[in-house]
Amino acid sequence: MTTVLTVQDITCHYGEEKVVRDVSFELESGALACLLGPSGCGKTTVLRAIAGFQPLLFGKIELHGRCISSPAVMIAPEKRNLGMVFQDNALFPHLTVEKNIAAGLHARKPSEIRDAVGRMLHYVRLERYSGRYPHELSAGQQQRVALARALAPNPRLLLMDEPFSNLDVELRERLGQETRDLLKETGTTCIMVTHDQQDAFTFSDVVGVMRDGNICQWDTPYNLYHEPATEFVANFVGDGTFLDAEITSSDRIKTDIATHRGTIRNPEDIGKSVKLLIRPDDVVIDGDSEIPARIVRRTFRGENYLYTLALAGGQTLLSLMPSHQNHEVGEDIRIRLEIEHLVYFRAT
Amino acid sequence: MERIRVRLHYGADVWQLSVAVAAVVAALPVITILGLSFSPAENIWPHLIETALPRYVGNTLILVVGVGAAVFLTGVTTAYLVTTFEFPLRRQLEFLLLLPFAFPSYVIAYLYTDLLEFSGPVQGLLRHLFGWELARDYWFPEIRSMGGAILLMGLVLYPYVYLMARASFLEQSPHYRDACRLMGRSHFRTFLFVSLPVARPAVAIGVALALMETVNDIGTVEFFSIQTLSVGLFDVWLNMNNLGGAAQISMVTLTFILILIGVEYSGRRKARFYQSSGRFIPTERVALAGGFKWGASLLCLLPVLFGFLVPMVVLVGNSVAYFDQSWTPAFRSYAANSLFVSLTVAICCTVLAVVISYTKRLHRGNVPLALSRLVSMGYAVPGSVLAVGIVVSLGWIDNSLDGFFRDRFGFSTGLLLSGSAFSIILAYVIRFMAISIGNVDSSFSKVSTSIDMASRTLGYAPFKTLRLYHLPLIKGGALTAVLIVFVDCMKELPATLLLRPFNFETLATHIYQAASDEQIERAALGALFIVLAGLIPVILISRTISSSRQLFQRSG
Repeated sequence: MTTVLTVQDITCHYGEEKVVRDVSFELESGALACLLGPSGCGKTTVLRAIAGFQPLLFGKIELHGRCISSPAVMIAPEKRNLGMVFQDNALFPHLTVEKNIAAGLHARKPSEIRDAVGRMLHYVRLERYSGRYPHELSAGQQQRVALARALAPNPRLLLMDEPFSNLDVELRERLGQETRDLLKETGTTCIMVTHDQQDAFTFSDVVGVMRDGNICQWDTPYNLYHEPATEFVANFVGDGTFLDAEITSSDRIKTDIATHRGTIRNPEDIGKSVKLLIRPDDVVIDGDSEIPARIVRRTFRGENYLYTLALAGGQTLLSLMPSHQNHEVGEDIRIRLEIEHLVYFRAT
Repeated sequence: MERIRVRLHYGADVWQLSVAVAAVVAALPVITILGLSFSPAENIWPHLIETALPRYVGNTLILVVGVGAAVFLTGVTTAYLVTTFEFPLRRQLEFLLLLPFAFPSYVIAYLYTDLLEFSGPVQGLLRHLFGWELARDYWFPEIRSMGGAILLMGLVLYPYVYLMARASFLEQSPHYRDACRLMGRSHFRTFLFVSLPVARPAVAIGVALALMETVNDIGTVEFFSIQTLSVGLFDVWLNMNNLGGAAQISMVTLTFILILIGVEYSGRRKARFYQSSGRFIPTERVALAGGFKWGASLLCLLPVLFGFLVPMVVLVGNSVAYFDQSWTPAFRSYAANSLFVSLTVAICCTVLAVVISYTKRLHRGNVPLALSRLVSMGYAVPGSVLAVGIVVSLGWIDNSLDGFFRDRFGFSTGLLLSGSAFSIILAYVIRFMAISIGNVDSSFSKVSTSIDMASRTLGYAPFKTLRLYHLPLIKGGALTAVLIVFVDCMKELPATLLLRPFNFETLATHIYQAASDEQIERAALGALFIVLAGLIPVILISRTISSSRQLFQRSG
């Protein structure tokens, strides 16, 4: 595995405001990465910095070991050999699908261009639409053309800025999956920016969660969900609630309702008050359990229900249960906590 | 670590440099006037203030207030009627009300004078009907007066207000009005309480623009012997041969203009907040009944009748009647001069505007934006003032050049720049840059910035990006800019009059000359050309131009 992209301690600013601070990460060849975060967290600025539209105040960006951006060096975007896909697809409205895809193929023989365009059209399954204009295509088709256009010149790295956020839910999931398959097939290294956790999880091998110009955690989707590094990540990725707890020994953590076993990695935490993360799928109904809870809200999600439960002490929990287990609001039930990964944060 | 010397901003610097040069050139005439007026060869400030200046200022003030009131009343009334009510011919009138735009004020002044003076057909008919013989037998209003000037200028300048007010009334959510009516206010009270106040910033912009034209005018006021600032400037410069004095009068004129710019600017700032943010709700017009509906038609028909139809009939009549005397080789050369200068300027302005707009896109900083604003300021500077600044600054450059060539090479270059059509071209470019920048800017703003990023990441440098992916998309706006600037150049009189080289006549100066010689009929053909050209932007404004725009609108 070779390193394609190295982003090292980059800081960017707009006017006085630093919108990206000391962001670092690396991408291996063929990796599909994602920067995930709420709007205004600086994720798009990082992408623009990699593309060469945003100068760096500090830090360095290397592509295949060659410095492309630093406070002293700034290679023009057109010299970087990157592909980019935009939220509004940015297809050239006056050119046909075919010509759009060929736009990045300069100085090549006509036959080569024809082959490359044909190959791309085949990849995105739009062979029949080669002569159409962008406005004659559906939103999903337009985004597929944009992807083909970005991939046609064989970019060293593909950048995608909220590529699926203009699409409806069903389409974005399908297109996310398709895009992932296509990029894996072509061995493309890609970094995508999104505010949508589902997009990030569908698409990427590795996700960086960003907040206020920083990367809070750079990890696999699985780890982000089950072992979030900060409270923000825990809240932003997936549902969940916190229970006040106390770490009683090196493998025990005690809440008002139960004591849980698990590994406490930091011995310093022993004896401290913490907040324990409870995911909705950690909570199961168990008539034999001694923990009572009352259902205060119920949201139907098709294959399952998301219940909001009130505990005796007034704390709330979320619980995800198959929808054939139907309980009414106001019903008293008994629950058990099955926590696989102990995630806690120091109480502040 | 590999260290690469890259000059990313190199290409971009060429863009910024061009904008900076354009800004300097645009600002030069006004700066020259500033310098000259405070350090003239012969100080006539005291003399000016003692004698003519109060008269110039007073007359200009009366004219500005009068025309302001006229365009406000006409523009707002007609705009409100056509946007709020349904009456016979409403749809046709909505377009027809723009037509007086096509007439330069001096043309309409010459035509009405011809029509209404003692020897004209109207008074002739009255004398015939009532058996009067002499002027003292009856009373007839004198058209060549302050009142006449206000009326005639109002008649051709109100479309500025009409356009702005109409757009504003259309943009206003009809729910404002509905809410007002539900609270128990009548139509008229609703208009005063909500529609007009909300439209006020837009109306202020329209009035400010119309008044800039009023201050700019020289053909009408000179013909009517109204001593305004521009006539004074003309007099001091050409008859007294005192350029310093002309510069000092220019300063006073610029003060007027500065106030108008202030009004316009604050209008534009407020208009942004007043714009309805929500989705567009189509307005349902109220059908007028009985007498009201014909009253509304008549009210809207009046400005069209006197601002377009009557003068047009006279113009066409005279053009046909005097065709043989008018269509001469000399006339054709004037027309060729007009076409040449106007076309050159239209193309220069548009190319410059594309460079300036694109630089603003490449560099999101404040500097290109500020420079672009500076370049756009030229529209406010009256042609006569601009002419003073240009003559002085170009004269200085010419003298330096001439001295240099005489010293080095022993020959004289003479008045290379100030004595040629170059000075006219420069004046027009400075004056009309704002139009081209406005049009090109608005086309650029419709192109998503991710188009730029897409093109750059696909390997195209800034210039190629512009050529391949922007020009095809902004073609419509650029073409509109060319046309509108072209027409404005064709009409332009004050700067042309003061700057034209010896023996260089355009259609506009030819008309002016014919009017001075009391041979206005012979200028009808030239005026007809100008008015017909003037119809082009009117048609462009009235319907959404270029089908390409719809095609290129992003569907996602």
